[in-house]
Amino acid sequence: MRSIRWLAVIPFLALIVGPFFVNRPTPLILGLPVLLAWIVAWILLTSLIMAVIYAADPANRDGAP
Amino acid sequence: MNAALPFIAAAALLALALGFLARRGKDMNLEQWTVGGRGFGALFVFLLLAGEIYTTFTFLGGSGYAYGKGAPAYYILAYGTLAYVLSYFMLPPIWRYAKENRLYSQSDFFVRKYDSPTLGIVVTLVDIAALVPYLVLQLKGLGIIVEVAGYGAISATPAIWIGAIIVAAYVMVSGVHGSAWTAVAKDIMILAVVIFLGLYLPYHYYGGLEPMFTAIEEAKHGFTSLPPRGESLWWFSSTVLLTALGFFMWPHSFGSIYTARNATVLRKNAIWLPLYQLILLFVFFVGFAATLQVPGLTGSDIDLALFKLSAKTFDPWFVGVIGATGVLTALVPGSMILMTAATLIANNLYRAVNPAADDRQVSRLARVLVPVVALVAVVFTLRGGNTIVALLLMGYSFVTQLFPSLVLSLARHNIATREGAMAGIIAGVATVAAVSLSGANFHALHWLPPEIQDLNVGIIALAVNVVVLIAVSLAMRLAAAPARAPAE
Repeated sequence: MRSIRWLAVIPFLALIVGPFFVNRPTPLILGLPVLLAWIVAWILLTSLIMAVIYAADPANRDGAP
Repeated sequence: MNAALPFIAAAALLALALGFLARRGKDMNLEQWTVGGRGFGALFVFLLLAGEIYTTFTFLGGSGYAYGKGAPAYYILAYGTLAYVLSYFMLPPIWRYAKENRLYSQSDFFVRKYDSPTLGIVVTLVDIAALVPYLVLQLKGLGIIVEVAGYGAISATPAIWIGAIIVAAYVMVSGVHGSAWTAVAKDIMILAVVIFLGLYLPYHYYGGLEPMFTAIEEAKHGFTSLPPRGESLWWFSSTVLLTALGFFMWPHSFGSIYTARNATVLRKNAIWLPLYQLILLFVFFVGFAATLQVPGLTGSDIDLALFKLSAKTFDPWFVGVIGATGVLTALVPGSMILMTAATLIANNLYRAVNPAADDRQVSRLARVLVPVVALVAVVFTLRGGNTIVALLLMGYSFVTQLFPSLVLSLARHNIATREGAMAGIIAGVATVAAVSLSGANFHALHWLPPEIQDLNVGIIALAVNVVVLIAVSLAMRLAAAPARAPAE
């Protein structure tokens, strides 16, 4: 299950490369300019990704150091 | 006397009281004072690590940045998120090594990993060169907040003195416990105040977020997306990457890692800290709301946008509540910086020169140094200087130079030698200083493509650092190899 750690690469791509594709003021998404909405969405998804990594990581099981 | 002042005074007294109470029941030896006896659970570690996000830089600078420049402010949201992703993998091994070797400071980590007290001195000097501007930044912000929120009843100078004395007092008594306790009050207040402001102001003035951003786009076309040149996409991506790498290199953030009870605490926080960042979104809403409502602030005055709009909108007592929150956002990070700087000087400069000094002496010296460092910061603050963001960026570039040799030292086989690490850090820091002091950037090099011209100049310093680190490490290994070979 160690390969699941590679999910952590996705937020980097999304927030460093992703903006090149979404740098527009309109349309507004939930009231936000596209780039801002993109960043906010990826903050939520990053938290989710970290939760998945955490759950799959044997280091977090009971009794692990 | 006006209705705002009692609230601001109450915040200062609350910080002082919590800061002193935090000491109770603890035998304040060096380990308790500086790393909380390595016994903090998830909440305290969370608040200490989150302390980095909610400083006066975010409160004033974040809203001011959105107000003055628009979309480039978004970078603040993005870099923290990536730093927390890194934290999941980077912090547990740092914590474990620090616990096994009973480390107190960031410099200790380098000293032990590279077996070089001299490297520790270099790292300490870099840290202090970054920490003092950061402390100045907090004090400057504090002065602005008290002066503006108090409607000028107390001017910035006495406010800065009072703030510095309060912080120095409770740091001397309680160390990191004082920071943790006051952080609880700070974060509760800032959550409530910032979310309220960020929701209320756009609705009050525009009828909602969508009408607000539509109105801004109509009045200032292109303001809510990144410009094609200058603070462009290339600037954005390079800055997000650089600041994400530098995030945990701040010595006070690094020190908060040591306070954790176990490594799981750190991994669990990597899930929640990104979400906590979203509070910054509401700070931006305040700044955006202010763009069309209190126009005309320029230069370093953009940092006043939040308070100008609040003063226009609310009764003085509520401006006082906002000011009280602002005071706490200055005091809490200020306390961590002050404690860290004092620990570094006592533990990594004094002890490096007097290896015979025991923990008791170092602990006593660190506490004596607290008011000294505070005084130095006050003097720098009152003698003026740059705008808030500019000050922070230079310190940020300094500490980011520690990243390569730190990350390499976590690998099983460290390719960097102590000479390589030291040369890399020195070369990187020298590049930052040369670039910042000369005001140079890639725009001076007209023959470069415009995309490259927009890159954050910190990239150069980091590249110089890595190249020097690798070159010197290789050279040292090659020089040492023939001598070692016969022995094997």
